[in-house]
Amino acid sequence: MRMLLVAVAVAVLALAVPAALAAAPRTTLGDVEDEVMCPVCGTPLNVSESPQANRERAYIRQLVAEGRTKAQIKRALVAQFGPNVLALPESDKGVNWAVYAVPAALVLAALAALAVCVPRWRRRAPADAEPPPAELSGEDERRVERELARLD
Amino acid sequence: MKRVGIPAVIVVACAALVGLLVYGLVSKGEDRSIDDAVKRGQTVAAPAPDRALPVLDAAGKRSLQSYKGKVVVLNFWASWCTPCKAEIPLLERLQRQIASRGGTVVGVNYRDTTGDANAFARRFGVTFPSLRDVDGDLAQDYGTRALPETFVIDRQGRITAVSRGQVNARFLDRSVSPLLSA
Repeated sequence: MRMLLVAVAVAVLALAVPAALAAAPRTTLGDVEDEVMCPVCGTPLNVSESPQANRERAYIRQLVAEGRTKAQIKRALVAQFGPNVLALPESDKGVNWAVYAVPAALVLAALAALAVCVPRWRRRAPADAEPPPAELSGEDERRVERELARLD
Repeated sequence: MKRVGIPAVIVVACAALVGLLVYGLVSKGEDRSIDDAVKRGQTVAAPAPDRALPVLDAAGKRSLQSYKGKVVVLNFWASWCTPCKAEIPLLERLQRQIASRGGTVVGVNYRDTTGDANAFARRFGVTFPSLRDVDGDLAQDYGTRALPETFVIDRQGRITAVSRGQVNARFLDRSVSPLLSA
């Protein structure tokens, strides 16, 4: 009976610990700073060296030490510095959708252009190729044979 | 007509991209309209008087409209800005001088964390109110390029003097005193 209880406890722990870790994934400064900006410098935080960037890093370190997740830290940064702190802006705000829509539209336009042009090129290709030799008329055939016989 | 279709689409797409680029450049461009007008001796209506910003170290929001009828010395500052530390004692002294004469210094804390801004205010014994320009929109309205910057606003809500950089006693005396006695 005791063995059974121990086995159950081990099984519960084995399931519960990964689930708890998955529910609250811890993050690091390096994991966050390449996804946010130094709003004053206008550059990604991971390449910014200004005093303001250092203060922002200190703030992120503090939130990491408090056990906040990456999403929570990003929300806290937006509350402190506004939405421009995110390297990739939120798509539902203002004209930010253009950041996502323009590349997608360009890809779609390129695909559409290929879909239209490739069949045309294929159709045009046989027309551009060298035309097959025309049939010789009877007179021309006799003339060729005469010339060949003269060469013999 | 069919042959015109694809080039037309390409031209429209290119024009749209160029339009986006121009919009981006213009919206980030430098605005010197306030400086130019003040340099010509004119006054300019203070931008965005209704823009409500969170009050530092207090609940709620306030806008410049809240200070209507007062002479306002609007100062953009941040805890990470070194010249701001140098000019803060001057602004605090001014606040003590003008508070009873219908004037006030109003700080605008720019791109700072609340914790850093509060620590800065406590360290330098700041008693004047400060608003938090979280997303930098008010700074953009004033064409702010580098901290600190100070704007003197008369009782009618018009900018009469601008200091792009650290203020000195002479600037404050010359620009604020005449407005208080007007």
